[in-house]
Amino acid sequence: MDPILTKHVREPNSFTLDFHVEHEGYAALKAALTKKPDEIIEIVKASGLRGRGGAGFPTGMKWQFVDKKVEPRYIACNADESEPGTFKDHLLMERNPHLLIEGCAIGCYAIGAKVAYIYIRGEFLHVQGILERAIADAYARCFLGKNILGSGFDCDVYMHRGAGAYEAGEETALLESLEGKRAQPRNKPPFPALVGLYNKPTAVNNVETLCNVPLIVSKGAEWFAGLGPEKNGGPKLYCVSGHVKRPGVYETDMKITLRELIDGHAGGVRDGRTLKAVNPGGSAVPILMPDQLDTQASFDAVQKAGSLLGSAAIIVLDDTTCMVWLAENLLHFYRHESCGKCTPCREGTDWLYKILRRIERGEGQMQDLDLLSSISANIAGKTLCAFGDAAVTPVTTTLKHFRHEYEAHIKEGRCTLQADWRARQPVAAY
Amino acid sequence: MSFHPKMAYDATFHKSARTLDETDKGAGPPFAYTAENRARFDEIIKRYPPDRRRSAVLPALYLAQYQQGYITANAIRHVAELLGITRADVEDVVSFYTMFYTKPVGKFVVQVCRTLSCALNGAERVTEELTAKLGITPGQTDASGTFTLVEVECLGACDRAPVVMVNDGWHECLKPEDASKLVDDLRARGEAVLSGCHHVVERTRNA
Repeated sequence: MDPILTKHVREPNSFTLDFHVEHEGYAALKAALTKKPDEIIEIVKASGLRGRGGAGFPTGMKWQFVDKKVEPRYIACNADESEPGTFKDHLLMERNPHLLIEGCAIGCYAIGAKVAYIYIRGEFLHVQGILERAIADAYARCFLGKNILGSGFDCDVYMHRGAGAYEAGEETALLESLEGKRAQPRNKPPFPALVGLYNKPTAVNNVETLCNVPLIVSKGAEWFAGLGPEKNGGPKLYCVSGHVKRPGVYETDMKITLRELIDGHAGGVRDGRTLKAVNPGGSAVPILMPDQLDTQASFDAVQKAGSLLGSAAIIVLDDTTCMVWLAENLLHFYRHESCGKCTPCREGTDWLYKILRRIERGEGQMQDLDLLSSISANIAGKTLCAFGDAAVTPVTTTLKHFRHEYEAHIKEGRCTLQADWRARQPVAAY
Repeated sequence: MSFHPKMAYDATFHKSARTLDETDKGAGPPFAYTAENRARFDEIIKRYPPDRRRSAVLPALYLAQYQQGYITANAIRHVAELLGITRADVEDVVSFYTMFYTKPVGKFVVQVCRTLSCALNGAERVTEELTAKLGITPGQTDASGTFTLVEVECLGACDRAPVVMVNDGWHECLKPEDASKLVDDLRARGEAVLSGCHHVVERTRNA
């Protein structure tokens, strides 16, 4: 499939308003404003667009659930892209910011919101500058602001910069952060569609999701659903990174298999190495083994194979990767990013990290493996948000597939796989 | 901190262990926004509903940090007064978000991404090279106050690993063997030496 969302990203001026307008930009917004808001929601529902942030929840349903009796309503665009291995929204915002702004405006029209906040992670300051300029240009040409294109519809889009918190990517934590508090999740239900930002109905959508909305409005729900397998329609951005020859963002439909993505688009495993395992959806999903590579890279097929597509961050691991090291690396991440609200996650991630660290250094004992399983079981499902389940996955999945590596570490009293890309000295526990 | 008898937290473990020096010495010099920053603040506050001024706490703290280099108790007091919330509310936020510094940092804050995709491409080696070159370990600032070395979690540019962020600028595809040259270049020419993000790198690579 030819790229659609990322068709022009390699052209030098793709981020400018003039370029966007020359390439049918804001035509979808014009078309949307001639329809009724409910019609837009119906079109998005019919297209089967599923949220691209990780959960894969149908966007049309989310918009329908937004309580239309309460004023004001909001859209919060989740641009806090911090899942390890994910960099697709980064590319979209950097090279195609007007598509996102158009998506925000159409989304606001559909749910009857007048304000959209784009919550961008603090590290993306250069992207924020591009978006701020794009928003200013859009205001100047009446694509945003009061009485957009003479339709009587008002819509403001504002940037809000985060300050380094992975947890702000969770939808209710994002809203807390927007309200000026710590990015810690809320209890659900009520869901943001009923009680969201400032306790008002709010739709929280990922950048890539909103970028798909203009396509659906201009080309139709049938066209969108026809791309890709049933219930997995539309173009999808895949982020391939790790031990591959050509890491990058690749856009295709969801009929593609993991093997085609890794061996075809990304050029296969580099340095003549062989593939050991694949993380198909960021850090928080079970790993897939080489014999599962012919799995279709769609939400449903990957789930059937025993993993999750998540944010479509495919991290490829070659045979030099020590799986205990991998679990330690990811638990370092989760320990650092745990927001501290729920005790099992706050305490448990620290314990898991320390145990993994001592196994990796060859100081582990056999009963540590049972301890790892037991702590994992006491975190998963016992926290307010999905972070707890995500944090234990690297441990449970490596224990399931590579228990022999853990045992080898303990028996030999050292890491059995020292690759040259790893630290020469043991990394200091800071 | 930990209630577990045998597993104490590391000394600098958690965000919640980051405290603010409230003594006369630690509160820092008297703080108020410059006229320019005050004007920016007045612009920013308009984005939020009038009864939700608290929403502007992150942008307001960024203004303070860019003005003074780090966040002091006096800066927190100023922000709290402007937003009409308590100092505890602001300190709550400052101590949670890792991009706010509560101590002075070097002129260049070198932040090495250490998460999986970067680590698979040699980020641990980059940190080692920088540690050896600068003579400081992650979390420390050198004696001259020029460099602060920090290990951070995923920056979101895993296709151009390893990624290093210096202040707010990005440097991508940093090979371990080039790390020490980056330090020299930063000393000589400042942030202009950073490669920037994504397509800037791509264009030069294809050229």
